[in-house]
Amino acid sequence: MEGFPIISLITFIPVIGMLVILFLPKEKVQNIKITALAATLIQLVLSVILMANYNYSAGGIFEESSFQFIDKFRWINIEGLSWIGTVKIDYFMGVDGISMPMVLLTSIISVIACISSWNISKSLKGYFALFLLLDTGMMGVFVSLDFFLFYVFWELMLLPMYFLIGIWGGPRKEYAAIKFFLYTLLGSIFILIVMLGLYFSAMEILPDGQRVFTFNILTMMDQSNYTQDGILSPFNPNNWRMLAYIALFIGFAIKIPMFPFHTWLPDAHVEAPTPISVILAGVLLKMGTYGILRISYPIFPDITRELAWYIALFGAVNIIYGAFVALAQKDFKKLIAYSSVSHMGYVLLGMASLTTAGINGAILQMFNHGTITAMLFLIVGVVYDRAHTRGLNDFGGLASQMPVYTGFVTVAFFAAIGLPSLSGFISEALVFIGAFHVESIRVITIISTLGILLGAGYMLWAMQRVFFGKLNEKWSGLQDLEMREYIMFIPLTIIIILLGVYPSLMLDVMNTSVNTLVDFVSTNFTNISLGGL
Amino acid sequence: MSLISLSIITLFLPLIGFTVLIFFGKRFEKIYLFEVGILFAALIISILIAYFKLTAYINQDLIFAFTWIDFGVTPLIGEFSIDLGIKIDNITVLMLFVVNLISFLVHLYSIEYMKGDIRFTRYFAYLGIFTFSMLGIVLTHNILMMFMFWELVGLSSYLLIGFWYEKDSASDAGKKAFLVNRVGDIGMLIGILILFTNYHTFTFDEIYAQIAVGNLPFDSYAWLTASGILIFMGAVGKSAQFPLHVWLPDAMEGPTPVSALIHAATMVAAGVYLLVRIFVMLTADAMLVIAVIGAITALVSATIALTQNDIKKVLAYSTVSQLGYMVLSIGIGAYAFAFFHLMTHAFFKACLFLGSGSVIHAMHHEQDIREMGGLKKKLPITYYTFLISSLAISGVPLFSGFLSKDGILAGSLAFGNLTGHWLLPIIGFTVALMTAFYMFRLVLVTFHGKPRNQEKFDHAHESPKAMTIPLITLAALSIFIFYTPNPFNSEAGWVLSDWIRTPEQVVPNEVRFDFMKSDAATGQSEITHSQMYTDAAHHAHYPAMILSLVLAGIGILIAFMMYVWGKIDSEKLKTKYNSLYKFSLNKWYIDEFYDASFIAGTHKSAKILAWFDYNVVDGIVNGTAALGRFVSMLSGWFDTYVVDGLVNFFALLNGFLGLSLRRIQTGKVQTYVVFVVFSLLVLMFFFRPF
Repeated sequence: MEGFPIISLITFIPVIGMLVILFLPKEKVQNIKITALAATLIQLVLSVILMANYNYSAGGIFEESSFQFIDKFRWINIEGLSWIGTVKIDYFMGVDGISMPMVLLTSIISVIACISSWNISKSLKGYFALFLLLDTGMMGVFVSLDFFLFYVFWELMLLPMYFLIGIWGGPRKEYAAIKFFLYTLLGSIFILIVMLGLYFSAMEILPDGQRVFTFNILTMMDQSNYTQDGILSPFNPNNWRMLAYIALFIGFAIKIPMFPFHTWLPDAHVEAPTPISVILAGVLLKMGTYGILRISYPIFPDITRELAWYIALFGAVNIIYGAFVALAQKDFKKLIAYSSVSHMGYVLLGMASLTTAGINGAILQMFNHGTITAMLFLIVGVVYDRAHTRGLNDFGGLASQMPVYTGFVTVAFFAAIGLPSLSGFISEALVFIGAFHVESIRVITIISTLGILLGAGYMLWAMQRVFFGKLNEKWSGLQDLEMREYIMFIPLTIIIILLGVYPSLMLDVMNTSVNTLVDFVSTNFTNISLGGL
Repeated sequence: MSLISLSIITLFLPLIGFTVLIFFGKRFEKIYLFEVGILFAALIISILIAYFKLTAYINQDLIFAFTWIDFGVTPLIGEFSIDLGIKIDNITVLMLFVVNLISFLVHLYSIEYMKGDIRFTRYFAYLGIFTFSMLGIVLTHNILMMFMFWELVGLSSYLLIGFWYEKDSASDAGKKAFLVNRVGDIGMLIGILILFTNYHTFTFDEIYAQIAVGNLPFDSYAWLTASGILIFMGAVGKSAQFPLHVWLPDAMEGPTPVSALIHAATMVAAGVYLLVRIFVMLTADAMLVIAVIGAITALVSATIALTQNDIKKVLAYSTVSQLGYMVLSIGIGAYAFAFFHLMTHAFFKACLFLGSGSVIHAMHHEQDIREMGGLKKKLPITYYTFLISSLAISGVPLFSGFLSKDGILAGSLAFGNLTGHWLLPIIGFTVALMTAFYMFRLVLVTFHGKPRNQEKFDHAHESPKAMTIPLITLAALSIFIFYTPNPFNSEAGWVLSDWIRTPEQVVPNEVRFDFMKSDAATGQSEITHSQMYTDAAHHAHYPAMILSLVLAGIGILIAFMMYVWGKIDSEKLKTKYNSLYKFSLNKWYIDEFYDASFIAGTHKSAKILAWFDYNVVDGIVNGTAALGRFVSMLSGWFDTYVVDGLVNFFALLNGFLGLSLRRIQTGKVQTYVVFVVFSLLVLMFFFRPF
């Protein structure tokens, strides 16, 4: 793999696809679709190749040499810019055990969402162009190791998402799109401010001995690179690091979405077309938790240790609160949306434990939630395409009418409930094992276990209302799954079962990095006395 | 081939059956035979395993384990991994045989019972996945793996209870079963987490080894007790113990063979099996809690069973009651009898349920015993097998139930004697009386007397062979000879003297019951823990036996007096003790209480939080947006009228000035010259040198 820019290729293959589509005449509907599918499929193949060549024993996290498939060169180079000085920004990408699962998840979900987009009829060319741009934005976030680059991708993803919801969405699409856009933008501003604060605090030594400010995330993780008086320097006896951490956290928390910043999610999901919901739940939400693990944790280990209890608390609130609100929903899609809020709470709880089991569980939960919830939104899409309603109480008895569909639904629902032998169980169990291990958050963990009861409650109740009982005569014309839907459901089902039975497939990929991260966060930035907040 | 490989084969056979049936069920009509065949193979293998284990390896346990998840060397707790594995001891092989036998008989029975069902092959597929999960519970060597299979049997139970999901009552019952079980499972999960946090392993033996060397959870006896009770919560859910017993009677919505297999013989006994597995780590306090819960369960459900009219409901409450006995038995330290009763109960209760299925089948899905009567003549095989099983459950000598139940009752008497908890044996004996009564009420009302619904009676006919063979097999297994040569002394038999041996507890002596403190007298042949307990049990043996015989006799006698000889008018009793009758008939109103409290409370909380979410949390967001819009409107107004107004004002002013000033711009040179000269003069005046 030496010298072959596979990471960059994975990231930008969709943009190449987009350019091809832009040059295609808009009447060539089939060609546009196939180009998009080809782009996402090539991305998937490359990701699989990446995974196959991935070295499981390399830690990553803070050490450039143990990152893999690095692409790095000077991107922006401005000499002597008045008071700012020399600006040097790197194009710096690479993967470790934390990003590898996300890269794979993004490429899988993109292919599935692309297939799911097959029935889109309104201005197809624009749709697929934006779709592919979105894909690049997401992938870029997961592989960037330079904060500036990370931020560029973070923002890049926002724009196509806005249009994809705002143009191809449901009745209240404008409201939902603007809400999503502004909310995320608000978060971006927080991230931007912290990014600049860090930029002016950490310096990199160039080969020629020159010291310059840097956006390199890895440089920011080493406390010896900070200037004495930098605003976010650990040596600076002010409270800015704490404030910066909170600001950054809010920026990421909006994406997760963490209570109380979650209300954009149900609206965005309900209005978004099915494939976009799939992407939203499958990949986008993970960017928040990924950002925390990639940036907040190793750059601010001191504050992380101090605030871990609160992160756990918010995790528990997400789990319980999301589950309760999900229980009250009458709209199938909203129910799944709130179940996402609940399930992302497990990720927060696991991360907050700062243990190997907990963080492994959290990352695995990110992956599993991605695949399971993607499937759940596809499931809603199937029934909405046919019946043009999503009211849970409008259905009944679909199990007899659509038996194969019901079979897939059963797998997905029970995976979401956390049934052993399906993937959701392992990640939730690891989260609980890790979180329970930490004395300070043990009570929070015990309260969180209530989530597995409530989760079963709203899922089984939804299942009963839609699929059991006497068939509502109105739906006696509904057809069971067609080939295209099989193609979407079967791979996801296989992944869900495979990771449920043999979770080491994924855990082995991330375990070394997780151990490195846990070790790093619990031992670094320790000898600094902070002014209390 | 080693016993381990054989047991792995028997574990996975039913899963293969499930997979094949799910994928090819639609295409091949006869494929259910594949599943039945597979179960037969599994049964044969489990017999082989039991035979070799109980002969060649009787004193040796076989363990096989592999690393499932390896975390390597972790920063905080060092090296750790999660293992999966199998442990084969005597309990395992006996249970393996029981599960496979009953599962096979139920498969066989179902061929006729479920004939014509629209989801016939699906039914067999579900039976397959159930058997797989149940065998997993039986074979596992660690508690996490047990929890996983524990949840999987929950799934198959859910699927089979709600098998006829077109009926709302069936899908309700399935959901209820799953959720109520989850309540118990949460406790079990927390118990497991406590153990893992302290010992960094899930394997039973490794945990016990640590406790045995005095390594307590969080260094306290209280946590050891708590972890025992929390894990027991799992059993409370699965074995339908009070207060989580409410799901089991509703579970009767499932097909009757399922009730026999899952909700009588095997799955519900998994809770007891779990207790058998964790017995060695139970402290005295934990055991007392377990005993009390078991006794309450036995009593409450027996009182309910007295008045039920649905043939399956009577049997369901009877199951709950018998499970209560087993749990009580663990709690009082009568370990061997708990497992023994689990086995004997599995056979006679499966027989009773399959018998009731035969009746229901014959009566065209009539389940109300008030519509039956006189079926003895029409269904002779069903009648005699049902009778034998009823004698067994009532504790009549020569039958298996007598052996196991008598042991439990003697144990409770000894326990009362040793600890002063006399209420436990009193409840135990009261329940024995009630059991004999309600079982014979069932037998007599259903099979004796005159038919109460002539039309249905006339159409009734004995079931086909596929259904009667299982009945005969199970009824035969309810006879003493399979367990002991002496029908009055179970301890003389091979089951209790050779196969099931009470293990030595690992908890520190300080937190054991006095009578369970280790002493040298614990020999191989004894079935109890200490000389003290052995003596007490021996002393209790004859009084308990006589008392239980008398009580069973009285119970049966009252049933005859009420329903055959007409000496006691049951209607009069009903009116006389109307409130008691209603209380029993309505199951102590426990469901109503749960509906009004927990269920309604949850829904209410959900509604309130959803309201909060839309109106407060989202309200703040929208409010902020509205505020933003208002501010921008305001600044827009400000911009238009003030900022831009100022600009325009200056523009206007300029214009005005320009207009005014342009008068001066006449374009005539003479005028400009005059201005210049005038201006010069003015300037010269100001800058005059003087």
